[in-house]
Amino acid sequence: MKRLALLIVILSGGLLLYATKDFPSWGDPNSPASTHVSPRYLEKSLEETAVPNVVTAVLADYRGYDTMFETTVIFCAGVACFMLLRKFEPEERDLYYRHIPTGLTLHIKGEKQIPSTSKEFEKIDAIWTPYDFIINTVSRFLVPFIQLFALYVIAHGHHSPGGGFQGGVILGASIIVLAVAFNLRTAVRRFGEKIDGIMSALGVFIYAGVGAFCAILGAEFLNYRALAKILPVGKVMARSHGILAVEIGVGIAVMAVMICIYNNVASEGKFDEGL
Amino acid sequence: MIWQLDLAILTLVIVCAIAAISVKDLLGTAILFGAYSFMMCLLWSIMAAVDVAFTEASVGAGVSTVFFVAAVFRTTRRTKD
Repeated sequence: MKRLALLIVILSGGLLLYATKDFPSWGDPNSPASTHVSPRYLEKSLEETAVPNVVTAVLADYRGYDTMFETTVIFCAGVACFMLLRKFEPEERDLYYRHIPTGLTLHIKGEKQIPSTSKEFEKIDAIWTPYDFIINTVSRFLVPFIQLFALYVIAHGHHSPGGGFQGGVILGASIIVLAVAFNLRTAVRRFGEKIDGIMSALGVFIYAGVGAFCAILGAEFLNYRALAKILPVGKVMARSHGILAVEIGVGIAVMAVMICIYNNVASEGKFDEGL
Repeated sequence: MIWQLDLAILTLVIVCAIAAISVKDLLGTAILFGAYSFMMCLLWSIMAAVDVAFTEASVGAGVSTVFFVAAVFRTTRRTKD
């Protein structure tokens, strides 16, 4: 069976390699991909949308409908992770606490627990990892800068590489850094589960809402030129602002979904202790 | 495009890919997959597809590695087969 599988892999791999011979060479201006619609985008996108980064213009304006459903796919991935993994009923559990003044570890079995408001005791993970002072401090200092960079990536996607997807992932990563460096409870305290769920839906809603708003203003769905009626800018600039609005929606959705997936995977859906 | 650099990175991509599916240690596989993604990111940026490279770096090399490590943390570390 293994031999057969190897044979099939080698055959199909050889076929694929053979097929690559017919590919147009890299950067060939006469290839079908760069003769069909690409020249039009390259020539007209700046004067039509006022966005210097052609990739952003194509992604969020000319092909805005595709990107909307890409965002929906990410939202669905988050919902699927939540549905599959999240557990609400408490199980038979072992709780571990550390007595802060003495450093003593307490192990409690069953239903009893120390109230989370206690100043003397601090809940720790079952697989205890020592909290490194350097890692904690550095990540605490780093998080605002990561978030600032993420916001820059979202807002500056018109002029430089970047946009909603990348910025959203970086924004989500800043919360995941907290969860890895401290513990999952710290991260969930900062960015709660309910807000997370609401924001992942809100992002998709912003995107679809901007599209529907354009339709209400009398143009086609996701035709941002219609936004010129309510914004104090021209029709070309309105497309640029429309792109920014949907990028913000994408960023919010992606951020919330990344945090949702991490929390569910790392804690097996129990949201108590993770990596 | 510098072909020596291209060749070196392509070789590393293939080495990472083969290592990622043949190593028995799952944490190692996760790290190797991250390295694979990073090499792909370099390839995209060599081909001047900077937006794709950025996405690959943030999603492939960044967050998905963390997801894999988190999943490995919740399983046994070595595969049974």
